[in-house]
Amino acid sequence: MSFREQHELHKRRSGLNIGVGLVLAAFIVLIFGLTVAKVTGGDMQMPSSEQVGATSDGNG
Amino acid sequence: MSDTSFDTQLQTGEAGFGDYFALLKPRVMSLVVFTAAVGLLAAPGAVHPVVALASVLFIAVGAGASGALNMWWDADIDAVMKRTARRPVPAGVVNAQEALAIGATLSVMAVVMLALASNFVAAGLLAFTIFFYAVVYTMWLKRWTPQNIVIGGAAGAFPPMIGWAVATGGVSVESVLMFALIFMWTPPHFWALCLFMNSDYENAGVPMLTVTHGRRVTRRHVLAYTVVLVPVSVGAAFTAIGGPIYLSVALVLNALFLKGAFDIWRRDEAQAEADKYRVEKRFFALSLLYLFVHFGAILAEAALAPLGFGGW
Repeated sequence: MSFREQHELHKRRSGLNIGVGLVLAAFIVLIFGLTVAKVTGGDMQMPSSEQVGATSDGNG
Repeated sequence: MSDTSFDTQLQTGEAGFGDYFALLKPRVMSLVVFTAAVGLLAAPGAVHPVVALASVLFIAVGAGASGALNMWWDADIDAVMKRTARRPVPAGVVNAQEALAIGATLSVMAVVMLALASNFVAAGLLAFTIFFYAVVYTMWLKRWTPQNIVIGGAAGAFPPMIGWAVATGGVSVESVLMFALIFMWTPPHFWALCLFMNSDYENAGVPMLTVTHGRRVTRRHVLAYTVVLVPVSVGAAFTAIGGPIYLSVALVLNALFLKGAFDIWRRDEAQAEADKYRVEKRFFALSLLYLFVHFGAILAEAALAPLGFGGW
């Protein structure tokens, strides 16, 4: 069985696919890191006034 | 890229990853990354490193997106100019509609993500920058007035202001001065380039000052804008972003820049052609160093401040 030599077009397509894949993967890692930074930094906490309101609503 | 691959590319009409990346004008993006990062780091207040990294990245993507929109709209004149003829769209590697789609998608994504990562002021400034570069400069001013570079230069001046807004959520004298520094630097920088690339713009019908008013007037304008640039640059030394390091650097660079502009002003075309625009080319190279070192000095002041060295 013989293998045909890969055409330059296939190499270029493969490069494009790998490039886009890496960009998407980096984007996911960035969003994950951003989420962790926001959550641990307290940016995602509910304002205290709303927390009180939510508690009283729950009790009432 | 080898000749073989280029031929194949023309036959297949398929672009590689690098061709799409080139749509984002990587060299302009690197300047945006640098100035936005300096604006962010020089600002008072701490920003989480991941938030800072993500914000600078989204600012860069926004700038790259506006570059893609510029390539979509300007494909016709890019094809005529030697300096731009090898860009992906005029070279026939990337379709103009693809450039539009990539530019529009990345613009929206960059603004939304910057709003989520930092704040609405920074995101609003980024949205305005993209609009200003793609619509006000590219679609309107560039082909209409010889002052295109002056007003359009604002688009390139916004990144440090956006970086500052990421950290502070607002605008201040310091961020306006960083904006003004790039804004006033752009005309002499670009007109020096035009002086030795004139035929390019003339062939493309772009009303650059050299084409509409001649080189004598352009030389005068380079000197005039450099004179106005000096107080902006030196004045910034006495604000929160300045300090002794910045002041020393600014004084030396402005003396060199003024001398370069003066040399350009007093020359005529015969002298310039005789030495193949040596003075103009040297001034252009100095202009790149001028901006880089100014922002490097602002960064140095910010980095040394916690150690008790930076600032006044």
